[in-house]
Amino acid sequence: MFKNLMSWIEYRLPFMDKMNLHVMQYPAPKNFNFWYFFGSLAMLVLVNQIVTGIWLTMNYEPSAEGAFASVEYIMRDVEYGWLLRYMHSTGASAFFVVVYLHMLRGMMYGSYQKPRELLWIFGMLIFLVLMAEAFMGYLLPWGQMSFWGAQVIIGIFGTIPFIGEDLTLWIRGDYVISGATLNRFFALHVIALPLVLVILVFLHIMALHEVGSNNPDGIDIKKDNDGSVEQTEADKKFTFHQYFTRGGKKVIVDAIPFHPYYTVKDLVGVAGFLLIFAWVIFFLPEGGGYFLEPPNFEPANPLKTPAHIAPVWYFTPFYAILRAIPHPFMGAVAMFAAIVALALLPWLDRGRVRSVRYRSGLHKINLINFCVSFVALGVLGVLPAVGIYTLLAQIFSFTYFAFFVLLFFYSKNEKTKPLPVRVT
Amino acid sequence: MMKTLLSAVALLASSLAMAAGPAVQLDKAPIDLTDKASLQNGARLFQNYCLGCHQMQYQRYSRTFSDLDIPEELGMEHLMFTGEKVGDHITNNMAPKDGENWFGVAPPDLTNVARVRGPDWLYTYLRAFYTDDTRPFGVNNEVFPLVAMPHVLQELQGVPSKTFETRLVDGQPKEVYVGIKTDGSGELSEEEYDRAVADLVNYMEYVGEPTKLEAHALGYKVMIFLLIFFVLAYLLKKEYWKDVH
Repeated sequence: MFKNLMSWIEYRLPFMDKMNLHVMQYPAPKNFNFWYFFGSLAMLVLVNQIVTGIWLTMNYEPSAEGAFASVEYIMRDVEYGWLLRYMHSTGASAFFVVVYLHMLRGMMYGSYQKPRELLWIFGMLIFLVLMAEAFMGYLLPWGQMSFWGAQVIIGIFGTIPFIGEDLTLWIRGDYVISGATLNRFFALHVIALPLVLVILVFLHIMALHEVGSNNPDGIDIKKDNDGSVEQTEADKKFTFHQYFTRGGKKVIVDAIPFHPYYTVKDLVGVAGFLLIFAWVIFFLPEGGGYFLEPPNFEPANPLKTPAHIAPVWYFTPFYAILRAIPHPFMGAVAMFAAIVALALLPWLDRGRVRSVRYRSGLHKINLINFCVSFVALGVLGVLPAVGIYTLLAQIFSFTYFAFFVLLFFYSKNEKTKPLPVRVT
Repeated sequence: MMKTLLSAVALLASSLAMAAGPAVQLDKAPIDLTDKASLQNGARLFQNYCLGCHQMQYQRYSRTFSDLDIPEELGMEHLMFTGEKVGDHITNNMAPKDGENWFGVAPPDLTNVARVRGPDWLYTYLRAFYTDDTRPFGVNNEVFPLVAMPHVLQELQGVPSKTFETRLVDGQPKEVYVGIKTDGSGELSEEEYDRAVADLVNYMEYVGEPTKLEAHALGYKVMIFLLIFFVLAYLLKKEYWKDVH
């Protein structure tokens, strides 16, 4: 009976076949390391945000008059409302932590290189939408930092010559940030952007499964079936979906099925992540004033500018670049360029060796330079832009962009180490 | 390259250490959310000295009573003065416009003040009023200069004034500010006053996040669960990966 039902469905919608293709018979390189946890963790956090977000909207009131009070209502009067809200607010920061580490992984192992350029582009789009999503979500509690942070960020669009003024008016829906702004941000935050995000994540994974996962060695695990590579006993142990062998044109080596091997391994990553995540939720929900900023416990007051406006920590590297340039519009251009440069990595990097393991010493130093610059800019973005801080922000903005420029030049004729045939 | 990078990082770190802190050294507030007697005394002080001007409009009386182990009848008798219901929010009837006229600025809501300012700031601030005849209410504040608030706890503390000491600075005798002393006319001694302020701040810290103790209690259970889950997940992974290694 059950079997008949299954085959009836399978005939009309090949569900089991798709599950095999993407999960049970998807060949994943067997040498994934620590850095490969962050993709699945990003999915986990996305689900966390959607689920807690749904429950938060049940009691949140998107109006300038009621927003702040409704958040306090959630915190005090709704059963476990505080937990839902802390899971959501901590989840926002956690999202950026895992996404930044996920991106760094891609940079270390050259996961953006051919043929994964489109995969990388989808990832960058996810990052862009995520930033918009976080920015709009931060306005919703309608605290002082919600209001003034939005003021600063919307102001960035106002620096664009000719259309800037009208553009900010269009974004706000009012001459100042008001209930109208809050309402549209709410709509975008809870419906439009999550929808786009989920679609982009789907495309990201589809694009990944089409070209296959990269690995810490940066070498292909699907080899041409021309007799040059022998499958070992271990390789023959697992069955993979015929789609990946391209009807016998490819041999798959050093791979294991995603399920159960990486599902159980990711479960360990999930447990480790949740230990830290839960610790913050229950014991440090304010994240030392970086996840929930102290002035945001005061309702938005358009007549009272806070002494020091800092965006939430995940925006600060880009914010520091914005402020480092004395000219407002050029600052905005530089900030946007900092993100575009990342998106262009597949073409800026002209090397043919993917993994940092087999690339030149210069590349290793350059990658460290990138990390140091990014973190330093993040720190500087929190601090007021005065004196030495401005100079440092300028220096690190320079080293940030220098990473891409240097990469473009040395990668063409880079001295790399010989690649192994099989993953190590 | 590495060297310049390192020195830049070192420079950044050292400049971070010098990042501007508050002008006045803040005293550490002795916060203890499990000390029910302290919280109850804090609630009493708030209702008697603060509520006239400052609301806690997001906190309900019933919440304070149940969290602080105050029986409802006792609470209604001693902490509620104007016929509110026990489920009502802790509010007063001062119109913000009036507050603005009387003080120059409407007295802010204090539900979240401990989360905005931090308990140490509050603890120091409430002990930092001093006599200053140039101010409308005759007092100024070390932590919050030119504050619009009168020293409402003066009947407890007495009349406070700044004290100075003559010290040698670079070989020159100079008047150095050493702290605030009261004239002893208050109902409380200096230690008792500090204790009373500590209780009040403790209460405000509680109201800022009334779920904190609940969160901690639940948090430990969740952490224990996750630790066990982590071990089991690890063992499961090891079992499956025997096929691979």
